[in-house]
Amino acid sequence: MASAANTTGIPVTVRGLRKSFGGEPVLKGLDLEVRAGEIFALMGPSGSGKSVFLRHLIGLEKPDDGEIQVGGEAISNEGIGDRFRLAMVFQSGGLLNSLTVAENVGLYLAEHRLKPATEIERIVLEKLALVELGPEDAGKYPSELSGGMKKRVAIARALVIEPQLILFDEPTSELDPLVALTIGREILNLNQRTGATTVVVTHDRDLAFGIADRIAFLLEGEIVALGTPEEIRSHSHPLLQRFLKAEFR
Amino acid sequence: MFRNLGELILLFTATVRALPRVWRERRKVGEQLFDIGNASLFMACLLSLFIGGVLSLQVGPVLVERGLGSALGGLVALSMCKELAPVMMSVLIAGRIGSAMAAELGSMRVYQEIDALRTLNINPIHYLVLPRVVAIAVALPCLVIFSNLVGWLGGALVAAHNDRIAVSWTAFFTNLQQQVEFGDLANGLIKSFVFAVLVGVVSCHQGLSTLGGPRGIGRSVTKAVVNSFVLILIMDYVLTRLLLPFDDGWGI
Ligand SMILES: Nc1ncnc2c1ncn2[C@@H]1O[C@H](COP(=O)(O)OP(=O)(O)O)[C@@H](O)[C@H]1O
Ligand SMILES: [Mg+2]
Repeated sequence: MASAANTTGIPVTVRGLRKSFGGEPVLKGLDLEVRAGEIFALMGPSGSGKSVFLRHLIGLEKPDDGEIQVGGEAISNEGIGDRFRLAMVFQSGGLLNSLTVAENVGLYLAEHRLKPATEIERIVLEKLALVELGPEDAGKYPSELSGGMKKRVAIARALVIEPQLILFDEPTSELDPLVALTIGREILNLNQRTGATTVVVTHDRDLAFGIADRIAFLLEGEIVALGTPEEIRSHSHPLLQRFLKAEFR
Repeated sequence: MFRNLGELILLFTATVRALPRVWRERRKVGEQLFDIGNASLFMACLLSLFIGGVLSLQVGPVLVERGLGSALGGLVALSMCKELAPVMMSVLIAGRIGSAMAAELGSMRVYQEIDALRTLNINPIHYLVLPRVVAIAVALPCLVIFSNLVGWLGGALVAAHNDRIAVSWTAFFTNLQQQVEFGDLANGLIKSFVFAVLVGVVSCHQGLSTLGGPRGIGRSVTKAVVNSFVLILIMDYVLTRLLLPFDDGWGI
């Protein structure tokens, strides 16, 4: 966890969050709290509603019922990121395919006219360097990048916002174990340096137990366990244990 | 169907309200205009030439048999500028540009690019819809003027060179000059402007509301084109009826 001195992270509180799609309940009343500055991992099998949950935190979905507070304020669908700086790294990156890497990373600053062009260029290169991408990658288009590079660019784009809360949806899916490892380290690194509250949604056991301060386990729309990695490892829930211990042999 | 219509109206009003930002987005409007011109000018030229030609071919012999050959130029030109150029160019743009827009926005939706824009606090209507609708609304009337000129040329060519018509180049254009007034041109341009907004909004709306992965993109494209066609033809009747009091007839 980040030391108290450089913590810019904001807490997240979720109470009684319910969401269904076409009568099919996906989230059945979630209650949880993410502490300022921590890395919080939400684990669960595919289709358990992890992505839907994450989308609620940044205003991409409206809850049917319940309350979400980010930085102590109820989140509205209208002005996401007006009061606080939030960012999300999508599962497939969500890069704009018609823009170059540099344009993608600088999009936030350019569209909101926050900085002059030369300054944007400098910041873009600086953020790309943070995710170990060089100036030679800046002019490439997303279609020319590997899956791992796309995720890195997406992380760089999120970093430009200097987020106080950063959300990752399956940051290591579709990546080979070594690239997954570096992405995981980068998430850890960024959290330590910026102090941003970090929520990672994943079904990758190694990632969750490797970087998270606390882990919640989502099963069929309900949180069945929440605690430190040690507490989760020794939790008695049978399905959770099967999920964690699943091996081929 | 009615929900769609409601959403269409909402998207339209949101786009109109975003209009003051259009200068900010001028680069994107320019890019769209370039794409539209690139994709449609040659087709527009070809289509218009043949539409003008076939008009002459259909009407010419009938008029000449009755000794009305001298009225051919005006008739062809008026049909072209009041009806065929606006409708055919709009249909062309719906098929060529509207479909591409629906596909592009649809894939942006499916691959979470739209969501990403929203998390960057960028309004997809400002960023994507406004420049596209504005570009179509500017391009289509221009295309209609161009189509008129080429169509008249096609009509005159057939009139002069077909043995059963044999109305000279000069006779054709003299009559055209007498019959076509600014109001007739404006009539077609007003129509095409409305059709343009329609095609732009319908295509963007279908693209943005794409559901269900890559297969959904195909569905959106089809719907964008079909809905555009239907709405163009219905609005064509409505507009013709509304503009009737300002119409000074066919001059026969
Ligand atoms: N926009 C949507 N419309 C309908 N159903 C949805 C939508 N988004 C998610 N779902 C459904 O919600 C369930 C949970 O999805 P998701 O959160 O993506 O799972 P995961 O835990 O794998 O991220 C799935 O059954 C999915 O089909
Ligand atoms: Mg998911």
